[in-house]
Amino acid sequence: MATVNEERLMDGKTGKWEIVIGLEVHAQVTSNSKLFSGAATAFGAEPNSQVSLVDAAMPGMLPVINKYCVEQAVRTGLGLEAQINLVSVFDRKNYFYPDLPQGYQISQFTQPIVGKGKLTIDLADGTSREIGITRLHLEQDAGKSIHDLHPKMTMIDLNRSGVALMEIVSEPDMRSAEEAGAYVKKLRSILRYLGTCDGNMEEGSLRADVNVSVRKPGERFGTRCEIKNVNSIRFVQQAVEAEARRQIDLIEEGGEVKQQTRLFDPTRGETRPMRSKEEAHDYRYFPDPDLLPLELDPTWVENIKQGLPELPDVKKARFVSDYGLSPYDAGVLSADMASAAFYETVAKGRDPKIASNWLTGELFAVLNKQNLTIEQSPVSAGALGGLIDLIADNTISGRIAKDVFAEMVETGKLAKDIVAAKGLQQITDTGPIEAAADQIIASSPDNVAKYKAGNEKLIGWFVGQVMKATGGKANPGVVNEILKKKLSA
Amino acid sequence: MSLDKATVARIARLARIRVSEEEQDSLAGELNQIMTWIEQLNEVKTEGVEPMVSVGAIKLPMRDDVVSDGGYPEKVLANAPDGKDGFFTVPKVVE
Repeated sequence: MATVNEERLMDGKTGKWEIVIGLEVHAQVTSNSKLFSGAATAFGAEPNSQVSLVDAAMPGMLPVINKYCVEQAVRTGLGLEAQINLVSVFDRKNYFYPDLPQGYQISQFTQPIVGKGKLTIDLADGTSREIGITRLHLEQDAGKSIHDLHPKMTMIDLNRSGVALMEIVSEPDMRSAEEAGAYVKKLRSILRYLGTCDGNMEEGSLRADVNVSVRKPGERFGTRCEIKNVNSIRFVQQAVEAEARRQIDLIEEGGEVKQQTRLFDPTRGETRPMRSKEEAHDYRYFPDPDLLPLELDPTWVENIKQGLPELPDVKKARFVSDYGLSPYDAGVLSADMASAAFYETVAKGRDPKIASNWLTGELFAVLNKQNLTIEQSPVSAGALGGLIDLIADNTISGRIAKDVFAEMVETGKLAKDIVAAKGLQQITDTGPIEAAADQIIASSPDNVAKYKAGNEKLIGWFVGQVMKATGGKANPGVVNEILKKKLSA
Repeated sequence: MSLDKATVARIARLARIRVSEEEQDSLAGELNQIMTWIEQLNEVKTEGVEPMVSVGAIKLPMRDDVVSDGGYPEKVLANAPDGKDGFFTVPKVVE
């Protein structure tokens, strides 16, 4: 059990409170077809067009498991350094809801495919913490209820019905909204590295049930409430804050937290009880008689393990040790595989820190502004590398490089072509620089006097003037040197 | 173990089966008989015996991840009493 971190406590009228958070994340397996049927899983299809008679629960239809989905669950388990259970069992979780045609969800209860594992979260203050994973199991998704298409009816689309989900359950190890957010972020990063879930929260491929309770530090766990279906990292954090605040206020006013399923309302920033789930659920789990236990061949599992990619934490550590990056920059660059690959292409044979600065600075700014992913970058890794080469061999100054970069973004042209076409080569000949320096010194006697009287910061102003006079093409280092020499003469 | 009328009513409600007061009594009796029989089975010593999950010596069959089904919304909706615009419809369930 983690020691109490004072900074993560929440204030109440009666003193400080500790928030205890556990997360159940539902991650849609990236597969072409469903867990137990051959219907497609693509997002956004016409209603009920990706439904087999198995998914619609027609009598007599039997489930046949998708081997690839099993492989993806095992791969995820291995990525979470978890125990893989070579024998697991599918159970029926019984409940009635209009978008659940079978009247039960095929899930795993007492014997999940993956057991205990762990994940490391990275926090803003630079520290890391290990969060326990309780289990991962495979289950079917339900259909979709749409309430706003008809005034009196709820419309049901079964396209999602039967899609494979991995439910990943954490230990109640998190102690703040930030930690909960960092957990989802890291889990999503690992899933994307593994290619087992696309992690798209807007399309519902990844959603979280957030369990929150509060206690005075050192006391026993309080009664928890579960906030269902939170679909963004920001909302996970807001839901934790709102629910913890609600529970603290309630207890401090003499009330008692009731175990409940609640919903987070982002527009109001509060949680409220879910009406339909108030009735205590009794799922009457029992082994699905249509499915034999799932048995895995240890050699097959070992082969999957051998095929795992380098995962974000390992990559981050390597970026720190091999490229000398700060843990922060290494974390940013290794957060997703495509950025990491882009970075390594740029850094190859070049100064790794300069490469990192161009990526995390200029390039990411452009991508954010234009709402593009790194795969859609208007400047390729090779092209960015070409630009950095021109700085390294003194063809252009760093300042000009930013203008060249802006034009590369705009036109897609190569740096060397832009530089050649516009005559942006750096002035290496000291003659024109000296001339410009002499002129500035002659025309600003006031500043010269101030500089000589001890205001050495003014050198920056002089450098700026000379750079301006040379159209930014002078090498700032050379300019600096020449000016200092002349001004101290 | 003994099952009372209230438990029978609860099981019936969970299964969405309407069971009248009179039926609850007789059902409690029948369910209790079944429970007694299961208790007898529990007396059998099964230590060290692998659970038997199937009468045939077969393993769970698996299929490849290929789209081989679906694409027939009209068949899926054929028995729906009130399908609209390709959807099933039910009385409004508001959350």
